[in-house]
Amino acid sequence: MSSLLALDPMLDGKLLWTPLIIILVKVLIVFVVGLVATMLMVWFERKVIAGMQNRVGPNKAGPWGLLQTLADGTKLFFKEDLIPERADRFVFKLAPYIVLVPAFLAFSIIPLGGDFRDGKGGLVTLFGHQTRMQLADPPIGVLFALAISSIAVYGIMLAGWSSGSKYPLLGSVRASAQMVSYEAALGLSLAAVLLVSGTLSTAGIVDMQSSVGSWNVVATGFIPFFIFMISATAELNRPPFDLVEAEQELVGGFNTEYSSIRFALFFLAEFMNTITMSALIVTLFFGGPQPISVGGTTLDIPLIPNGIEGTVWLLLKVLVFLYVYVWFRATLPRFRYDQLMDLGWRMLIPASLGWFMLLAAQRVGRNAGWDQVVVTLVSALVLIGGYALLQRAHKVSRANREKDGASF
Amino acid sequence: MELIVFVLAAAMVLGGAIGVITRSNPVHAALSLVLTLFGVAVMFVSHEAHFLAAVQVIVYAGAIVVLFLFVIMLLGVDRTEDISIEPITAQRPLAAIVGLGVSGIVIAAIISSRSALSVTGDGIDQTTVEAADANIRQLARSIFSNNVFAFEVTSVLLLVAVIGTVLMARRIKLREAGK
Repeated sequence: MSSLLALDPMLDGKLLWTPLIIILVKVLIVFVVGLVATMLMVWFERKVIAGMQNRVGPNKAGPWGLLQTLADGTKLFFKEDLIPERADRFVFKLAPYIVLVPAFLAFSIIPLGGDFRDGKGGLVTLFGHQTRMQLADPPIGVLFALAISSIAVYGIMLAGWSSGSKYPLLGSVRASAQMVSYEAALGLSLAAVLLVSGTLSTAGIVDMQSSVGSWNVVATGFIPFFIFMISATAELNRPPFDLVEAEQELVGGFNTEYSSIRFALFFLAEFMNTITMSALIVTLFFGGPQPISVGGTTLDIPLIPNGIEGTVWLLLKVLVFLYVYVWFRATLPRFRYDQLMDLGWRMLIPASLGWFMLLAAQRVGRNAGWDQVVVTLVSALVLIGGYALLQRAHKVSRANREKDGASF
Repeated sequence: MELIVFVLAAAMVLGGAIGVITRSNPVHAALSLVLTLFGVAVMFVSHEAHFLAAVQVIVYAGAIVVLFLFVIMLLGVDRTEDISIEPITAQRPLAAIVGLGVSGIVIAAIISSRSALSVTGDGIDQTTVEAADANIRQLARSIFSNNVFAFEVTSVLLLVAVIGTVLMARRIKLREAGK
């Protein structure tokens, strides 16, 4: 029981006031940072896309249009709140919160800073208490993020169903199929990271990645990172995987019938999830708050204490991925539905399974003292054989379907 | 503290279970099932079984009930069904007998093993349980070394189920094509 409450190692002993206040302040900081970051993210996305399309973008509210999101949010508060007549009222009202709460919860396991150098393990001392610069460090670690993202599916499904209208229902059926499919690939590429790190704790995973050579993106051999990145984009329902709210076909997808602040909550959750996913990618594959360090030389930002420098590094790394997500949106056309499912089930899941097997074989080989070259060659042969069998199966099933008279 | 968590989780489990039976709307019933599964996950956490709790949420709440809902939405059976006409008339009395029988067996099992339940030991070995990743290590050792045969047989069973489903779906299509 104690470890449930003591999401922080320092709470293991007596419940004192100082740790309690530290936790409360952390909750407040994570919540406020989440909200402000979302606000800035919306501005960032609009501004970057505008730049890519040779437009100016928001530039009226505040300096460089920074307060545009705030203005939009305030406006949405005062809009009329409509509930369709055929809606399931309770579920209709519940759905935005089922989307919003997981978006904030998932953010709580990200290490937001701290000093990971010289084996300090990310611990910082605050008012005489050792603590981590992350809200929660549950024993299940990064599985918490998976569990939370599987809850978020409900919000979108229920929003579409409870609207009592055709297009939202189509959007939510698409959403549930897509998110459940890509969760498998997401989990399998995550397994490769866990295999290399040997721990579930996010702080532990960050701690293992002290230099660029030991960043998980290198240690797992790049493939799991790409699979994770693609599946994460699909899981977020962001372009090019935004079939859930394909405006041309579905009006607005699952949130068509939502207006006013309920719509704003969906919007908020979507951008919050993008930030959380970027932070998760940085944590899992790019060393989180660890400074960039190549071959013993560490890039050090002068004048900033190490504990805060971690936050700066995390921010810089997360910004790169946020930019990449915006870039995706501005440049890639949307997938067709069958292409989406093909990519998920025929490419990403087999690829991540195969790569996981390769990594596991290498690890077993290292422990047993086998020749690494032989192990890699044999695993590669097995993978190629498996791939050939898979291709053969696809070919046969395609031929069968054509015989059945299916059009695809 | 433990008592409060237990009472809340038990209320979630029971409330959800009652909801599954009494709600006439299938989507509401599925949501009640999610509530029950969450209650069980809370129970797992309060017994230091963090990994089981995570798996409970990821697999049951995150995949299985989502598929239930998916089917309900896709087939459009989300309307209140008319249950005044009985397709099988013996169904209700049979259900009552089976239900009473099962609860009788459970109560009998509790009464007969009451002496074992009331034994107060040292409780959970805190040091082994609270070590980092202890849950996963112990579960993995149990599944992949002691019970590896049962594990593999279960996976074959699942594979058979998947292949059987594909085969049945294809046969119906072929029959239609034959006509």
